[in-house]
Amino acid sequence: MSCEEASHICDKAQYNESTFWERLKFRTHILFCGLCKKHSADNHKLTEAIKQSKIVCLDSKTKSEMKKCLEQELKNQKL
Amino acid sequence: MPEHKIDATKWIDSYSDYLYNYTISRVSDSEIAKDLVQDTFFAGLKSMKNFKGEASERTWLISILKRKIIDYYRKINSKKGKAEVRMSYSTDSDGEGEWLEERVEDKSYKNAEDTLENTELSVAIYNCLDKLPQKQAQVFKMKTIENFDTEIICNELNITASNLWVIIHRARTALSSCLEKNWY
Repeated sequence: MSCEEASHICDKAQYNESTFWERLKFRTHILFCGLCKKHSADNHKLTEAIKQSKIVCLDSKTKSEMKKCLEQELKNQKL
Repeated sequence: MPEHKIDATKWIDSYSDYLYNYTISRVSDSEIAKDLVQDTFFAGLKSMKNFKGEASERTWLISILKRKIIDYYRKINSKKGKAEVRMSYSTDSDGEGEWLEERVEDKSYKNAEDTLENTELSVAIYNCLDKLPQKQAQVFKMKTIENFDTEIICNELNITASNLWVIIHRARTALSSCLEKNWY
């Protein structure tokens, strides 16, 4: 398995989208590949950080409503 | 002629998530947080002329937002002040156990330190997200924060799944090293 393929599986694994066989292949790969091992650790750290941060963002519907309101207000201001 | 031209129509796309994230950890109610963010943008419009461009637009908006949050707490506190607070310290009038339950620590309530840490981390993540190319940040947000399915994102943005994974990979690598420098 190439490192490219390994990193793809690693990314998928962060979203729980990797299959059992992929994970097995990946495990075997990082036994021999230090670079991928390091990358995998960093990637996992990022996933954990995001989970821990309880980060949120607004849904697109709310955003478009806000935009409408803001544009309306802009127009009012110019009058 | 002012050198810093403000384009308010871009505010929502550029800053709403950042401001919302900042607010939610301080008021912990999504509806109120949305209102406060909206109010902040309105206030920003009104005082646009006073913006000297000494700080970044985002910093300026955050300073407005901070005041909005303080105002919000003032308002709810003044309402609280009007309510009658009755506390009975005698155990005989209370039912058994009630007395203790009332005073036991509310575990669901985050302590100040937790909140502070989470706030700072999510703000740090947004700071790093801001440095990414817009497309990468957008895809990453949809996939990781909004938890949309790959298929939905691909349809919405008109990209292929392998495209998406390449973008995700780049975003994750960049974020990782950015957070490595600024947070861990």
